[in-house]
This record gives sequence, C-alpha cells and structure tokens, in this order.
Amino acid sequence: MTKVTMTVNGKSVSGDVEGRTLLAEFLREGLRLTGTHIGCDTSQCGACVVHVNGNAIKSCTALAADLDGADVRTIEGMANADGSLSVIQQAFQDHHGLQCGFCTPGMVMSAAALLKENPKPSEAEIRTYLEGNICRCTGYHNIVKAIMAASGQDVSAIAAE
Amino acid sequence: MPKDTGIGARSKRREDVRFLTGRGAYTDDLAMQGQVHAVMVRSTVAHGRIVSIDTSAAAAMPGVLAIFTGEDFVAVGGNPAGWLINSRDGTPMREPKRPVLAHGKVRHVGDAYAAVIAETHEQARDAAEAVAAGTEIEELPAIVDMAAAVANAGNRVHDEIPDNLCFDWGWIEDNRAAVDAAMKAAPHVTTLELVNNRLVPNAMEPRASIGEYNPGTGDYKLTTTSQNPHLTKLLVCAFVLGIPEHKLTVVAPDVGGGFGSKIYHYGEEALVLAAAKKLGRPVRWTADRTESFLTDAHGRDHVTTIEVGATLDGEILAIRTNTLANVGAYLSNFSTATPTFLHGTLMAGPYKVPHVYVNLKAVFTNTAPVDAYRGAGRPEATYSLERAIDKMARELKLDPVAVRRKNLLKPDQFPYTTPVGLVYDIGDYHATLDKALEMADLAGFEARAAKSRAAGKLRGVGLSTWIEACGIAPSHLVGQLGSRVGLYDAATVRVSATGTIQVMTGAHSHGQGHETVFAQVVADKLGVAESAVEIVHGDTSKIPFGMGSYGSRSLAVCGSAMDRALDKIIDKGKKIAAHMLEAAEGDITFENGSFSVAGTDKAKSFGEIAFSAYVPHNYPLETLEPGLEETAFYDPNNFTYPAGAYLCEVEVDPDTGKVTICSFTCADDFGNVMNPMVVEGQVHGGVAQGIGQALVEHTAYDENGQLLTASYMDYTMPRADDLPFYQVDHSCATPCTHNPLGVKGCGEAGAIGSPPAVVNAVIDALHRGGMTQVSHIDMPLTPARVWAAMQA
Repeated sequence: MTKVTMTVNGKSVSGDVEGRTLLAEFLREGLRLTGTHIGCDTSQCGACVVHVNGNAIKSCTALAADLDGADVRTIEGMANADGSLSVIQQAFQDHHGLQCGFCTPGMVMSAAALLKENPKPSEAEIRTYLEGNICRCTGYHNIVKAIMAASGQDVSAIAAE
Repeated sequence: MPKDTGIGARSKRREDVRFLTGRGAYTDDLAMQGQVHAVMVRSTVAHGRIVSIDTSAAAAMPGVLAIFTGEDFVAVGGNPAGWLINSRDGTPMREPKRPVLAHGKVRHVGDAYAAVIAETHEQARDAAEAVAAGTEIEELPAIVDMAAAVANAGNRVHDEIPDNLCFDWGWIEDNRAAVDAAMKAAPHVTTLELVNNRLVPNAMEPRASIGEYNPGTGDYKLTTTSQNPHLTKLLVCAFVLGIPEHKLTVVAPDVGGGFGSKIYHYGEEALVLAAAKKLGRPVRWTADRTESFLTDAHGRDHVTTIEVGATLDGEILAIRTNTLANVGAYLSNFSTATPTFLHGTLMAGPYKVPHVYVNLKAVFTNTAPVDAYRGAGRPEATYSLERAIDKMARELKLDPVAVRRKNLLKPDQFPYTTPVGLVYDIGDYHATLDKALEMADLAGFEARAAKSRAAGKLRGVGLSTWIEACGIAPSHLVGQLGSRVGLYDAATVRVSATGTIQVMTGAHSHGQGHETVFAQVVADKLGVAESAVEIVHGDTSKIPFGMGSYGSRSLAVCGSAMDRALDKIIDKGKKIAAHMLEAAEGDITFENGSFSVAGTDKAKSFGEIAFSAYVPHNYPLETLEPGLEETAFYDPNNFTYPAGAYLCEVEVDPDTGKVTICSFTCADDFGNVMNPMVVEGQVHGGVAQGIGQALVEHTAYDENGQLLTASYMDYTMPRADDLPFYQVDHSCATPCTHNPLGVKGCGEAGAIGSPPAVVNAVIDALHRGGMTQVSHIDMPLTPARVWAAMQA
C-alpha cells in the first residue's frame, strides 16, 4: 500500500492504495465519487475522463499511486459554486445532449477541456475531439450541438434537438 | 405556438441534473454495508466437456469466502424461454436447460461454470484464475457456422439435439402453396442473399447485480441493471431459484442504456442472490467490458434469401424468404420470438402485397445467446425487404421512389390485414415519403452529385420506407402465438394530501426520459404543474406490476395504463367534489385542474379535492372512501404501427472504398408526440445504431468460436466523427386509433429504417460510378468490403 494525497475538486484528500489501483477506482471506491464511470477496460469509451492538473485524461489509465500531489477535478466539481449547472452542463440539458447519462460525465469533462483550448470549435473540430468518448444513446447530434451552444455559437439553424 | 408545458412541450429533462452533476445512482455506484465481491469463472473454449473442477487451491486463497460451480445449481431450475414456437410439422421447439452456471458442458466462450466470492474484487479475481487453473475441460469441436451446424449431425451444442435446430418455422404455412404459385407466375423475380450482421448492443453501462438477503426475515433484494425488473423477479422466483415471489424485491436503479440487452434475466442475478443467502452478506458483481461482449445477449445474425416476384412495372406480387437465425448456445428469454413473430409478421412491410411466406430455422451454435436488440426482428425484416425492392427496381430499370409509391398502402386502405397476420390500423406512408424527399431536397441531388464527382467522389442516395409493430403487445394475440407471458402494463397514481402526485410505472426508463415525459402527460391531464408530479419506476416493491421497457412500448402500453388510472382519479375526484359542493356527481365537470358544478360558479380545485380525500371529516363513509390513489392495468388490443421514410446520401471514395454519410433524413409517423425533443433524440440514437450496423459494427467469431471482437479495440463503435447531423421530422402524424394517447412509439424506428437506406445509397453511388456489376455488399460496408466489391 502507498499513501497518496491529492486535491480533488478543491479539497485535500488522502488514502492508501495498492500499486495496481487506478485513479478511476480510487475516486469511485476510495472517495465514493461515483460520477466518474467505468465503461470499458481499454481506455476507449471515455466515461472516466477527469481533469488532472488541468488536462483531460482517462482515469482508467492512470495509477492513483502516481498522482501524489495532483490536482484532480471530476464531474462532481463542475457545477457553479452555488450548485447551479455550469454553462456546459446547462447546454447539455437545454439541447438534450444526454439520455441514459452513463457517458455524460466523461463527455462534459472532455467538452470542458476542448473549450479551454479552443473556445469556438467548429462542428468538425468537436466531432474529432470526441473521438475518445463513446455515446450509445444520442447519436452525438445533440452533444455536438450542446458544445457548440456552450461556446456561444448560434445553433438555431441546426435541426431540432 | 409550441406549448411550454404538458403534452407536446419540449420540457427539459429533470433526470439530467443528477446525471450532469455525477449524482446518478447506477448499480455499480451503490455501496452496501458489509458487501463482498463475485467474479465469474468463464470458459475460454467455445465447446467443451467439463472433466473436473478443483477449487481447493482457490478456496485457500486470501479473502475467499465461497466458490460455486454448476453442481450447486443442479437442483434448481433453468432460465426459460418466454415464447413457445412450434415447427412447421407441429412439433414444439427444442428447449435445452439454461442453468445458472454451466454443468457438464460449456457451450460458448464466456459461459460461466464457476463463481468466486471474496472480500475484495481483486481477491475474487485472483482466486477465479486459480479455479480456472484447477479446471480440466476437454475441448470439443466448435459449432460456429449455422449452415454447418444444421448439416453436421455428429457435433451437437446440446447432446439431446442432433441437428442443432431449435425450430423450423413457417409463417404462414397455409400461405406457402399460394406464394410458390404466385412466384412461379411472376413476370420478374428478384433474388437476394444477404447477411444481417451480428451486433453487440453495447449499452455503455456494463451489466451489474447486487444480491442481498436478510436471514432474520427471509427477504431477498436484487439490485440489477434491468430494463424489466418485474420479469426478472418472476423468472428468478417462479423458474430459477424458487424464492416465494413476495420475498424478493428487484430494483433497477439508474440504468445506463439497454437496447434490449438488459431485458433478460441472466445467471449472475441468480448467483448473487444464492451467494448472499449462503454468506448472509451483500454480494456484488459487475461485468468488465469483455464480459459484456462475451455474455450480453447479442443481436441480429440472420442469413437470408429473399425473393420478390413482381410485374415488369414494379408491382409486388409475392415475397418469400428463407432464413437461418442464430440463437447462440442457449435460449435467452425473447430469443425465439425475435426472429419469428417480430420478424416474419413484418415481411409485408408498408406495402400491399397479396402473397408472403417466411421460413425461418433457428440454430444453436457455440456462440453467445442472441436475442432482441433495438428493433428486434423488425430491422432484419426491413433490411431484407428494402434491399430486395431496391434491387428489383434496378433490375427492372425503374425509379426506386416510383416503385415504392406504386406499392405503398394508401391512406384509404386502412385498416389493412396483411398476409402475415397483422392488422395495420392507420398510416399515411405516402405523406412520410413525400416529406422525406422534400426535406432531403432530392430534386437537388444531381447538382450535389456533380460536385462530388468534381471532387473525385461518388455520390449516391438510398431510400427505405419502413413499418414496425410496436406497443408490445396485445396479450390475446401474443398468447395465441406462443407467448408465455402477458404483455400489458400497469400504473398507480397516488395523490398526496397536499396535491402532489406520484405515479408508479411498470415501464422502466434507462435513457428514454420517462420521469419527464410521463409527468408531462399527468400534468396535462390533471391541470397541475409538471413539478408536482414524480414518476417512480424500477422498484418492484413500489410498483404494482409491469413488463418493463422495450419494443417501443413504454408510452403506448404503460402510458395508456397511466391514462386509465388518471381517469379513475378524476372520477373519484368528481365523487368527492359532488359531496363537497352538495351536487349530483353527474353534474360535476373537470377542466383545467378544477372540479365544478356545470352551469354554476361553484368549484373546487384539484388541491382542495386531494386535501379533502385525506382529511375526510364529514364523508358519507358508506358511499365515499377516503384517499386518492388508483391503479390501472392496460392490455392493448392491437400493436401500434409507426412508419416512415428515410433517405441517406453518401459519398464513396473510389480509391479507398470509404463511405461518408453526407446527410440522413427521417420523416416518421409516431402518432401523437408527447415531447418532441425526446422523440427526436430517440430517432438520432436509433439512426446512429443503424448507421453503425451498416458501416462499422460487426461481431466476429473465428472457426474455433473465439470472439475476435471482444473489446472496443476490435469492435468498432460509431464515434462522433463517423456521423452527421440528422434531419428528423414527425409532423406526418396519424394518431394510433386504439390507445388513449394516440401514440405509437419511437424508440426503435431509427435502428429499423436506417441500415437499408445506407446500403442502398452506397450501391447507388457505385452504379452511378459505372460499377453496375455490384448488386449487393454485406454489412458492415467497411472500406475493405466496398473496395473489394468495386474491383470485382
């Protein structure tokens, strides 16, 4: 067991982890932050995307023991300080960008990372960026639309939600 | 003016807030006090005889609490098939036992023959490896190919079934001679052999189950990833473990997609309950993604020859199909209904066809069980038909749009009895076709094709006009057809003293947005705010009964039950109002949330009636009961028949064979629409799955029965950059004639109508590019397959 201490959603947390414990497992089982989901075992689906030191990563590819001192942000830390939905979260609701909700935390985390590096992405840029996030419900239409809307673009010409 | 609340409004989904903030509660998110972990030990060979299982080494490993093998479940029942199909000769289908854990033989890669329970997941996993190391399995030749399975009498998936045939079904057998004669006399016969490729549903949430047992009361609880908690409860109690039905609660909490794969009861659910009883502690199991690939019920997997007899001007005279349908190693709960009554009955499509006959042989193989996947039988029927009609039009040098117009049923021909046993109540297939052509700007196609040509690409357009039978299902009909269950649904409406409302529904929402949409219906009908209504689903201890969500049935069947229960609430409210207002019950009207005496200004609000129902200080108790809660069961008297027209435009790169979807247009008739935003989302998702099937998704077993596509590294899921924005419309609505909301269902449409539109478009592109030798390419239309066809 290794003791790790990290900042998660602005709070300092620590725990003892095995060498094989993944960040996703530490978040879910160690900290009970179950919004980060595990949808595959091969780093393909993106349901487990979180931000580590400001970068979007798949938390199933990172070992918790490697992340001593890291600054981690999960879906539980994405709402505004008053608890209201952030601009991206609100856009997902407004444009029906989620159905079963399982891939949604990863989608929101990826969308946030995209908009940080590219504040007004084109449709094609959004679709390319989401290559590592699989959604089985929405056909991506409303996810792409929600991200465009969250970036302040007019989406009224795109077919309905 | 669009409404902003109630029926027809684009109400935002209330469930989104918890999902967007990480506060969803999916099965694997739940932690139970004192919980322990189960890991299944699965066969690595497709077919083998279990010689011995030595668990002693595993049992001695740290943290190991119990090990189960098939031996432990010999005395209990199997997981049954829900539908009895008889063969053409009248003999019943073969139904081998599907045990909780394999016993004697393993029959597909992933077939679980043991399970380890340990304090931690890692300990259980380590010990499961030790069980596997202590197991001797004599490998037998794998039966993978369906034609070989039927032909080879020497090698059997189930020792008692010599030809690996589950049934040989004819629909309708009495049609056969007339179809043969019509086909023989037809001036033109188009023949097409095609494969409907096997798919893995791939809900993003892997299956998971938690079993609990209270030794003090004898109560069991199963929390599980189910679309259908009441059915799971019934199967576990009545067929598998023999638990008294009142001692088991099944909870399906937030469920991360289903698409059919979570309709069924699986062995892991029985295993965690049995283990919880043995250990007196909660036992949890969660599939990893490869286990999902290996053991979730797969979809499709038909090999079909379809013949269409026609006049030279394209009038369809007869349709005949012969199909081999893979059921895999065991019969999953709906696996015998899916290729038969959800497939053969749709083989007339939306067309007026005098003669139709379907022959289908269901075959056991050493592969995962195959069952209903989004659309379930109807995509297979639609694909065969829409591909064959396109080929027929091409052979006769006719316009595929004109051929469809010629054969589509006309609005004045309803109700229409098909030659394959259905009565379509209403529809306007010409309207949806016209709408799709207009939306897709078919008139401008040639200009777009010229532009593509200039860029070195081949452009094509493909059409599919489709129908489905939904609102599953009228019990009186399905009972005659072999169903062993009724397919009604139920709802309870509970009004509280303060006028807020809970509705307990048998339908289960796992992405469809029932919590929002059902509340819109209630709010509209009772004249209350949507926020005053809560929809409760997925807990058998709270809900009267239900048959779950699949087959586009939630609103059409459960919504109708809810509507009936709301009628009873209004009737009871009128009784209460009559008492309070000292008027005759017959003089009370209910409108906009207010009970009033007709022709007067005397009225009581819904809230006042609710409060009175629970504070009945002066009720005439002989004639008026306190309380305001009503239950209704609703059994439909027919299927519903959504229909539509889909148009797909593609570009094919002649150098690589890569297909790009340029546009996809859907004109659907779903009857009345409760929330257009949710309906459009359902169509988007279904179309994406259909495009996935047509272009990228494929389930590959090798000749040894090893699943080659058992992770997202190998099974291609459609990604955002594979797909376009879709154009969807549902304005050509003909409300269902036989349910109170006039709804038809929309969940499966996209997956049903889209694959043939895509393939027809690719074939069209190749023909326009001069490759007229290409009459068909089997899905998925990967660059390699398209390129190879172009070189032929």
